[in-house]
Amino acid sequence: MSTLTAEPRKTRKRASAPDRASVLYDVPGPRAQMRNTVLTVLVVLVALFAVYVMVTKLDEKNQLNADLWTPFLRGDVWVNLILPGLFNTLSAAAVAAVIAVPFGFVFGIGRLSDHAWIRVPAGAVVEFFRAIPLLIMIFAVMYGGSAVFGLTVTPFMAVVTGLVLYNGSVLAEIVRAGILSIPRGQSEAALAIGLRKGQVMRMILLPQGVTAMMPAIVAQLVVLLKDTALGFIVSFEDLLNAGARVLPSNFNNIIPAVIVIAIVYIIINLIVGAVATWLERRSRRSRKSTAQPVAPPGAVVAPGTGEVSAVD
Amino acid sequence: MQALFDEFPVILSAFWLTIRLTLASGFMALVLGTILAGMRVSPLPVLRGIGTAYVNIVRNTPLTLVIVFCGLGLGLVLDISFSTSLSTNYLWLSIIGLSAYTAAFVCEAIRAGINTVPLGQAEAARAIGLTFFQNLRMIVLPQALRAVVAPLGSVLIALIKNTTIAAAIGVGEASLTMKTLFESHGDAVVPIFFGFALGFLILTLPTGLLFTWLSKRMAVVR
Repeated sequence: MSTLTAEPRKTRKRASAPDRASVLYDVPGPRAQMRNTVLTVLVVLVALFAVYVMVTKLDEKNQLNADLWTPFLRGDVWVNLILPGLFNTLSAAAVAAVIAVPFGFVFGIGRLSDHAWIRVPAGAVVEFFRAIPLLIMIFAVMYGGSAVFGLTVTPFMAVVTGLVLYNGSVLAEIVRAGILSIPRGQSEAALAIGLRKGQVMRMILLPQGVTAMMPAIVAQLVVLLKDTALGFIVSFEDLLNAGARVLPSNFNNIIPAVIVIAIVYIIINLIVGAVATWLERRSRRSRKSTAQPVAPPGAVVAPGTGEVSAVD
Repeated sequence: MQALFDEFPVILSAFWLTIRLTLASGFMALVLGTILAGMRVSPLPVLRGIGTAYVNIVRNTPLTLVIVFCGLGLGLVLDISFSTSLSTNYLWLSIIGLSAYTAAFVCEAIRAGINTVPLGQAEAARAIGLTFFQNLRMIVLPQALRAVVAPLGSVLIALIKNTTIAAAIGVGEASLTMKTLFESHGDAVVPIFFGFALGFLILTLPTGLLFTWLSKRMAVVR
């Protein structure tokens, strides 16, 4: 076990999660090994019992009948019901992301402006949309759009608008943190050689800041993708709608359908999350930036892996 | 504007439900999240595996799906009931969904906090013969929890906002009440929206300030 070797303190701090955790207990001796084996068997037994209870409960309610699960083996179910939902989910996420990222840059940089008339409104917008629930925004766009502006608001528009305002505001905080994470000397030096404020931002701060904020931006995009599921509440025909409305109304199989849909969501999010982790590692190694990677506001950085999980 | 005053009692009771949802799910998520964090740093690989799997599955599932599963799957299909009153039953089902989801984030926060405890602390604890469990309970967790007051505050604020998703299974908290008021007062959409937005600002902003203050107060000086 590496915990007992005399490594320099810095490398020990960076040890991976299991190594770090092992500080909490000794390398097991014969008695501890025996006890651990007994406990492992016990845990496995308890887990198996829990699974048994779940399976019996599902079976009691006839949820394990083959006809509830076989639809997922049919091509037409995927092509006609699940994939269109997935397509809508992904397009809402893509459109929202494409608008939210520039929104984040504009408001993030706006909050750092020297002029109060830009800084204060930008700050107010960001703080407001971060503090109120996304669903409140989606409802407001849905009803307000038609009642106040006389527009026909589709669920897609309502979901995308809500996602842009909320995630754009969080992205603004990421952008701000990314720019602030660059050592002051950088912009001081740039100003000293005669660059203007705009040039400092464009040529010195942003290129390095983007490297530092990339992983956080991608982590926030996982949140955005997950939040598209809120569209279900305003009848947006997304992936969750396919799993919780369309499939059950055809096959009366809500539990199997929701489980299958959840697996699809998890796979997509794990892929996006893996990209974030890869970017994080890369920018940690990178010499292109003087700044360390930043995390989304309120996010938790997992020990060891450095994986960022945005709180939402 | 008049609509807001007329419906004030309705709005107040909707927010009271939001607060109760937050407190109940927050408490359950804290307990479950601490247990999960303990599992993830435990000497048993099986426990670590179960904890890791739970966090990764739950964190990558949309909360709306979790709540819909609790309401329709657990409630309607599996007949899991906590109360004979239908609305109370859905309330509890949504609390289960909210706590199960939030616990994954609490777990990650606490695990990050455990990482801030200096190595020497845990080594000293082991040296005087404390077991894993004693070490965790008496030395590591108390310091870890104090270090993660601010992240836990962020999780709580996210939870306050997330309680609105209970609307997906018809729990009449603030967001669903706002939607109902939109339908009955079509001419007052803007004031109603700002009224509810203000309600959430009143809940989230002071919570943020409180936890920032607390985290400074509780910080372990090293």
